[in-house]
Amino acid sequence: MNFSKIQILGVLVFLAVVFVGVPVFIAATGRWDFYFTLTSVALLAIASAGVWLTFYIGRINIGQGAFALVGAYVSAILVVKAGWSFWISLPAAGLFAALVAVLIGLPILRLRGVYFAMITLVLTQVATLTALALPITNGAKGITNIPLPGGISIFGITLIPDFSTLENARMAFYFTAIILMIITYAALYRLVNSRLGHLCRSMQQNEELASSIGVNITYIRILIFAISSFFGGVGGAMFGSISQSVYPATFVVKDSVDFMLNCFLGGLGYVFGPMLGTLVLYFGWDLLFEFGKYQMLIYATLLILIIRFLPNGLLSLRFGKGGGK
Amino acid sequence: MEQVMANGVYLGSQYAMIALGLTLIFALMNVLNFAHGQMYVIGGFVTYTFYGQWGVPFVLALFMSCMTLAIIGALIERYLFAPVIKGSAREESTMLLAAGIAFLLDALILLIFGEKQRGVPKIVDGVFNWDFRLIMPYDRILICVLAILSIVAFIALMQYSKTGRALRALAQDRTAAQLMGVNVDRYSMIGFALGAMLAGLVGGLLVTITGVNLGMGGPTSIKAFMMVMIGGAGVISGAIWGGFILGFMEAFGLAYLSQYGDITYLLIFVSLMIFLAIRPQGLMGKPWG
Repeated sequence: MNFSKIQILGVLVFLAVVFVGVPVFIAATGRWDFYFTLTSVALLAIASAGVWLTFYIGRINIGQGAFALVGAYVSAILVVKAGWSFWISLPAAGLFAALVAVLIGLPILRLRGVYFAMITLVLTQVATLTALALPITNGAKGITNIPLPGGISIFGITLIPDFSTLENARMAFYFTAIILMIITYAALYRLVNSRLGHLCRSMQQNEELASSIGVNITYIRILIFAISSFFGGVGGAMFGSISQSVYPATFVVKDSVDFMLNCFLGGLGYVFGPMLGTLVLYFGWDLLFEFGKYQMLIYATLLILIIRFLPNGLLSLRFGKGGGK
Repeated sequence: MEQVMANGVYLGSQYAMIALGLTLIFALMNVLNFAHGQMYVIGGFVTYTFYGQWGVPFVLALFMSCMTLAIIGALIERYLFAPVIKGSAREESTMLLAAGIAFLLDALILLIFGEKQRGVPKIVDGVFNWDFRLIMPYDRILICVLAILSIVAFIALMQYSKTGRALRALAQDRTAAQLMGVNVDRYSMIGFALGAMLAGLVGGLLVTITGVNLGMGGPTSIKAFMMVMIGGAGVISGAIWGGFILGFMEAFGLAYLSQYGDITYLLIFVSLMIFLAIRPQGLMGKPWG
């Protein structure tokens, strides 16, 4: 992989903005609530990255909310009931979500187009109802009072401080979420530009053809769906830890639809589309709050106008119609 | 048992009408109309305004709600869906548009009608009682009959009229229909309007029994998606089957499973997933529709 100077510069500017620019801006303006908003954006962007990846093999995934919910519950149960450290429960939540995705994916990934979209929409509803029915999830009461993430230290050197001793946990969560998001998108970018990514692209265009030239399409789509759900599980687990509680309604169908909209809004052809889409959708909704009862009206109108005039996503503005990556 | 069957028919006939509109729009445009539930709610509110508030005869109010939705549907198709489908690299992009429209309609309903639950006076009074084995209010029977009549009328329209033939040709193969001289743009608009009109009709019918409120839109859309999946996307007979099957499952679930808590829907979802794993295209759908 060769990066052009502009790409490297872009990444550096992005890192400078999120690690230096945002904290300085927040300290200057005193809008400490932006930390929470931006943390949520980062976590939802991680889950949206998973949805984007399923789009990459030509499937419309409206079920990411289910995996985010699974991840949130697994992490919460491991921390509260089994006494695990949050930092171990985080990958465990992702892996469990991936495992669920493999089991569910085996039958349903054979479906295509609108059928896959609709069954994943139903899947979110199943996850919510299951969380209501199972005893381990405490039903509608949910799991509350999840402790803040503890510290990690190796040989006496503190790698991650205990969040409950920090005077500003919000800032710590912000940095954690941003770092996770950067890792996710770096992994996504690497994946898309790897051999596997090219195989995915061939599947997106024509599965039969890809299969006929020797691509193991069943294996690839299960793998991709598992990775996608891993992202969903990690994002959900982190979200549960920040709000310190998980309910069956933490992630519902509307969230799943939102994850999908993030990808569309940013642009399906661009790896960083879901990140931008999440920022615009979530932050935009927050900024429109001052319009009171007209918030929804303005938000929906803007959304419709964007898709009407930029049907290939916001990033297509810069790269021209149907242009490169 | 008789009671459960009757409830099944009653629920099924309404559901079938909701699913018909959704499946028609999908068959013609390949658009998953997320706003279908919201269109249904608007239909309910229009009938409420005319019949419940202004005292217009029910049939006229129903007609007004059909016309309102048909106009909304036609405008949405003409100015939003058609240009987006033309300009978009992947046709799934219309889902963002459909969701945006659902948000917009929700916002409009909230601003115009408020968030309160609204009901209208009964059309007919009295309860049909067959030896306490089958009890059903007359207005429910009337709505059920009206719903079934509308379904029959819709099928007749699709089967025998020129418009229906054109729409069916369009659903089968867009390009071929255009080559045979069907005005594709015009009939897409008519089809979309017809689908929206069905949502408005069933909304207007149901407001007399269940009332209507802002929050009904989303869940109705999800139910409609399920019915369409059961029957097969884009197939009209499939939508009717799907509607009745879901209606019966719900009626049986409510009658026999309600003592175990709210697991009826969980069971319906799980059996649907198993069913689709075995038969991905639904009962009568084309494979990979």
